[in-house]
Amino acid sequence: MLLAMTAKNKKMKGKFQPDKNGYFGQFGGAFIPELLYPNVKELEDNYIQIIESEEFQKEYKSLLKDFVGRPSPLYFAKRLSEKYGAQIYLKREDLNHTGAHKINNTIGQILIAQKLGKTKIIAETGAGQHGVATATVCALMGLECTVFMGEKDIVRQAPNVARMKMLGAKVVPATSGSKTLKDATNEAIRYWIQHPETFYLIGSVVGPHPHPDMVARLQAVISEEMKWQLKEKTGNENPDTIIACVGGGSNAAGAFYHYMDDEEVELIAVEAAGLGVNSGESAATSQLGQVGIIHGSKTILMQDEYGQIVEPYSISAGLDYPGVGPLHAFLFESGRAKFMNATDKEALDAAFELTKIEGIIPALETAHALAVLPKMTLRKDQVIVINLSGRGDKDLETFIKHLEE
Amino acid sequence: MNSIKNIFQTKNREVLSIYFTAGFPNLEDTKTVIEELEKAGVDFIEVGLPYSDPLADGPTIQNSSQKALQNGINLDIVFEQLMTIKNSNKTPLVLMGYLNQMLKYGEDKFCQKVVDCGIDTVILPDLPMVEYENHYRHLFEKYGINNVFLITPQTTEDRIRKIDSYSKSFIYMVASSSITGAKGEISQQQIDYFQRIKSMNLKGNLVIGFGISDHKTFSKACEYANGAIIGSAFINFLEEKGIDKIYEFISSIRNN
Ligand SMILES: Cc1ncc(COP(=O)(O)O)c(C=O)c1O
Repeated sequence: MLLAMTAKNKKMKGKFQPDKNGYFGQFGGAFIPELLYPNVKELEDNYIQIIESEEFQKEYKSLLKDFVGRPSPLYFAKRLSEKYGAQIYLKREDLNHTGAHKINNTIGQILIAQKLGKTKIIAETGAGQHGVATATVCALMGLECTVFMGEKDIVRQAPNVARMKMLGAKVVPATSGSKTLKDATNEAIRYWIQHPETFYLIGSVVGPHPHPDMVARLQAVISEEMKWQLKEKTGNENPDTIIACVGGGSNAAGAFYHYMDDEEVELIAVEAAGLGVNSGESAATSQLGQVGIIHGSKTILMQDEYGQIVEPYSISAGLDYPGVGPLHAFLFESGRAKFMNATDKEALDAAFELTKIEGIIPALETAHALAVLPKMTLRKDQVIVINLSGRGDKDLETFIKHLEE
Repeated sequence: MNSIKNIFQTKNREVLSIYFTAGFPNLEDTKTVIEELEKAGVDFIEVGLPYSDPLADGPTIQNSSQKALQNGINLDIVFEQLMTIKNSNKTPLVLMGYLNQMLKYGEDKFCQKVVDCGIDTVILPDLPMVEYENHYRHLFEKYGINNVFLITPQTTEDRIRKIDSYSKSFIYMVASSSITGAKGEISQQQIDYFQRIKSMNLKGNLVIGFGISDHKTFSKACEYANGAIIGSAFINFLEEKGIDKIYEFISSIRNN
């Protein structure tokens, strides 16, 4: 009882934590139709207490260790370091079970869903990694799983669709709009409105409060491990720079989390520039967007002068999103994180480079984070951690097509 | 244009409201649809502001919104169209759109245009109560605009009472846990919910919407509320029969 009390009162403090209405600066909130209010309120009233409870922590940590295979290694990439003239470490989220950071979040949320007595799970997915990670934890817990996925993504991430099906999930194509992640999220939310008994297991630090904060807390394990791993390897728990790709922003939130208040650590968020930031075919939200509301959150949004959402474009299904989580909008606006971007071509080149010189095939999303190395001025002793958010098995078809070109 | 509040005082019959999407089926139809609805004796009209990502809407309104946007509709054009009928039209209009449209247009500019068009009521389904209290109540009051709140089968009694205290035009009672879209029937479960709300004796006028589609569902809804709203079924009708037959649709609702 005493423990539960202290857990409840132990709200995180710091400039980059949300206020009581879920705002990071001017970004965040919960702009939801009344129909979703009871669901969101139930989660808001319980998520911190659940996450901070001893019971949850025990189950979560134990599954992360034995089921996911954490801690994920922090690997010193010797040849990449030599090439770019810096000390480059890769945080190997690609080695997690199911192949990306997404499972850190789904393990946590499925435990929360169970504590709230929910038995039916829905999720959206872009690259299919979150869909696979959700289908996996649903199989693990014996819960019913429905995943919404854009029709275009179903084609370009076919291996993940097959995995979800094998895991027993129902994959529902989203056929509206650009038929990608935004539209899959719309469909998931519409389904949720019509089936309020379901638990919406959201895949990134997006959506109405408390979803962005909840997902960030569940991904925070990435930077928690980085601290002691760096201490072991370099003698200092702080790197000079952390680089992560940003779609909605969950892997970046996890990699930045325990360093956000430490201004001496440089944070770099990399967005997908598609065919080029100003080509009209891009997903570089911070460069192209203005304040707006998407999926229940006030954030930076790609939109026209009348607030109509602009269809984004990226070769990478996981970064093909016209918004960004509210925490990242705040990191951008406050200047705490530096926002860079990489085009399709730059990401593909970076993926091939890592494969050839380090023997690691990264996900297309992750390749965007790697692709900014040639654009940076680096110091020989600069310690850089790149969050290697996922592996590239799902992208082989795209890679091979590019090889042949 | 009459104020929407007066409708409920002066009408002794069931209040019928029709939702349609501005700029649909054709860009210039906004005005004609309103005129035809007025001629057919509709009590008030909800003008839908087409949005790219309407989260609370089903396929019918998603499609009509998409078509209207393809037709080239935007907020400036909608306001221009509404200005041209401001003096001739007596049927109260309500604007229904999504918060981001107002945000991007400029909140003050939006409110000023609403008032200029002679409109005093807006429905923004993704504007939650806490945001209304913290950011919008004051703004709307400054312009004399009434915000319509939605209640659903899951809304708690406390919250309904609070919504009632904020509601000056009417309370939008969502007929089921649902997005918009025509449905054939009203279930016993829905009737129990309607009855529960009716017996709360709220001071505000209750209007039921989402899934009301024909004479039967309209009359049923009106047994428990001051009126009801039909949207998707009307859009479907427009698509099939065109804007010349609007009278037929309305009389089928009123008279069976
Ligand atoms: C490997 C990988 N990295 C990154 C992302 C982007 O998501 P987020 O920005 O939430 O980390 C995805 C999304 O599908 C992914 O699969």
